[in-house]
Amino acid sequence: MLFTTFAIVTVAGAVAAMSFRHLVHSVLSLIVAFAGLAAIYLLLGAQFVGLAQVLIYIGAVAILVVFAILLTRNTREIQRSIAVSSWRQSVAVVFAVFGVLAWAIYGSGAISHVMRPQPEVAIQQIGDALILRFALPLEIIGLLLTVALIGAVTIAMQEKKEKR
Amino acid sequence: MTQLTSCLLLSALLFAIGLAGALMRRNAILVLIGIELMLNSANLNFIAFWRYGPHPEALTGMIFVIFSIGVAAAEAAVGLALIISLYRHIRTTDIEEVNSMRG
Repeated sequence: MLFTTFAIVTVAGAVAAMSFRHLVHSVLSLIVAFAGLAAIYLLLGAQFVGLAQVLIYIGAVAILVVFAILLTRNTREIQRSIAVSSWRQSVAVVFAVFGVLAWAIYGSGAISHVMRPQPEVAIQQIGDALILRFALPLEIIGLLLTVALIGAVTIAMQEKKEKR
Repeated sequence: MTQLTSCLLLSALLFAIGLAGALMRRNAILVLIGIELMLNSANLNFIAFWRYGPHPEALTGMIFVIFSIGVAAAEAAVGLALIISLYRHIRTTDIEEVNSMRG
């Protein structure tokens, strides 16, 4: 029951995010969708991932998107349609993808019907796994984040040298 | 309908909504938001299979989601930087007006 509520909130937030004309409204509904997903993670027993979702997606990504919207504001697009001119083909592609996914989910024999107890995971276990078993991927993701940070600053930096 | 099936259906629905946004919206920032939604639906699949799979104590699904969130954060930062750079060059974020290679 709780799952259904959060699922409806998530889907409604996502649909609203994709259909509002004003970008700031879109980001606010996107935050609703992310919060619903975080609640679903908590329901499924993944406390750490749920809290990471709140911290990273709501706290960082959504704020980053708001900054990008405020930096790229333009007044011309108010009158224009919000969809690209080839939206009919896009609708067909979207329905085809969802149809294939739903068909695969319903037709799959791999989904077991055994009810399993909620797994108990302490934060300490996740820390141990990250440091011991997944130490190399952790280092690589740190490197990736550093490179992405430097790259983003370099790309977005003002290019004033050419004008002088 | 089991809990796993409903999780997977919700994830497929989120993926379809994100795909619709990425394909149909005119603004480049909304395209990026659609891609973020698609990444989130993949994360939900990992968590659902971790929860209802045979070996939840191995933590593989959860660790994969943590790394996936990290990669998605890097992707969002670089993508938004690209959009800001694009806006500085041609004064718009409309992807239908971005049709020349010289910028």
